[in-house]
Amino acid sequence: MATETHGEEGGLAFHPMDQFIVKPLFGDGPVGIVTITNVTFWMALAVLCVVALLVLGTRGRALVPTRTQSIAELAYGFVYRMVEDVVGKDGLRYFPYIMTLFMFIVFSNFLGLLPLSFTTTSHIAVTAVMAIVVFVTVTVIGFVKNGAGFFGLFWIQAAPLVLRPILAIIEVISYFVRPVSHSIRLAGNMMAGHAVIKVFATFAAIVAISPLSVLAITAIYALETLVSFIQAYVFAILTCVYLRDALHPQH
Amino acid sequence: MATEATDAASGAAESSVGMPQLDFSTFPNQVFWLVVTLVVIYLVLSRVALPRIAEVLAARQGAITSDIATAEELKQKAANAEEAYESALAEARAEAGRITAAAKAEMQAEVDAAIERADAEIASKAAESEARIDEIRKGAAEAVRDVARSAASDVVAAFGVKVEGAAIDAAVAAQMKG
Repeated sequence: MATETHGEEGGLAFHPMDQFIVKPLFGDGPVGIVTITNVTFWMALAVLCVVALLVLGTRGRALVPTRTQSIAELAYGFVYRMVEDVVGKDGLRYFPYIMTLFMFIVFSNFLGLLPLSFTTTSHIAVTAVMAIVVFVTVTVIGFVKNGAGFFGLFWIQAAPLVLRPILAIIEVISYFVRPVSHSIRLAGNMMAGHAVIKVFATFAAIVAISPLSVLAITAIYALETLVSFIQAYVFAILTCVYLRDALHPQH
Repeated sequence: MATEATDAASGAAESSVGMPQLDFSTFPNQVFWLVVTLVVIYLVLSRVALPRIAEVLAARQGAITSDIATAEELKQKAANAEEAYESALAEARAEAGRITAAAKAEMQAEVDAAIERADAEIASKAAESEARIDEIRKGAAEAVRDVARSAASDVVAAFGVKVEGAAIDAAVAAQMKG
């Protein structure tokens, strides 16, 4: 490789974004709607992981949990408490929905950290669908539960009357920006980290800076591990916050 | 740097777009599989996993609560047993004290009686001895008087003087008194 040219960058091939390419798993045809692609494969793997942890891990129903069962219970308790604390008791009806999002994102993120893997959550198409579904669901729940009272979310009673229309405009804009920030935050974080790792990995081909490069990859990998969890947490907790707004629009 | 840029550009050209994320032709595929995935996870969680975990957690909570109650009960029992033990111990101590005191008193009485008996015996023996000593003393005085009288009459006789027995008696008695 590039080592023969003694650090000349001419031989380096930067393809940091290639890891995000969606391609069919079998053959080389076009990507149709039901084509089995690497997206399918890694999402299926995420499903298997969720099933392994939460279904197979708890099949003993042990009073004194095994390790896997402990982790499953920990995940359950973590999300359950989050929903209870942020949304309140009446939000627990939506707990399975938030748990689904959290488990899918956390496993997709972690699976994406495996070398040569494909990170489904780094795609804006994926995160946008989740964010839009959250947005639509929350808005529908808000109107079903509160009727026109849901507009109270934008009409801030605590503010002086003069400011309220201006604040209402700002609130409406911020409300509609929610799905955008919600989805881009997750996809952007995942994509950026993976791309940076790939760039550093390419530099590792140069003998002189490869130790530094490997160190940097290690450091960023650690950071990415953290980010993987935190972004799943952020996505879930923001969903909870939006849900709370829908259930209790009177701030 | 320039080659780098061209490399990146050619890499991008290979993948036909700069960011695969913005390759809209793959969107339907991703959305379709995402929906399938989420539905599957949701069904698995809401039908199997979550009720099961909730059940396990509730069972554990119940077990913990009942165990704590049992522990409380056992603790109470232990405290009761200790109390009973303490009272039994105190009772036994009091009993032992009582028995000791009784034994002491009995022995004291016995000792007192023995001492009294011994004292009486000693007194009687002493009185008897005293009587005998008196008797002996009396006997001795009599003997001295006899000896003195006979010695005096012998001495007087040896001097060739004839003295009446009564005079000698009186002289001896006077001497012995003096």
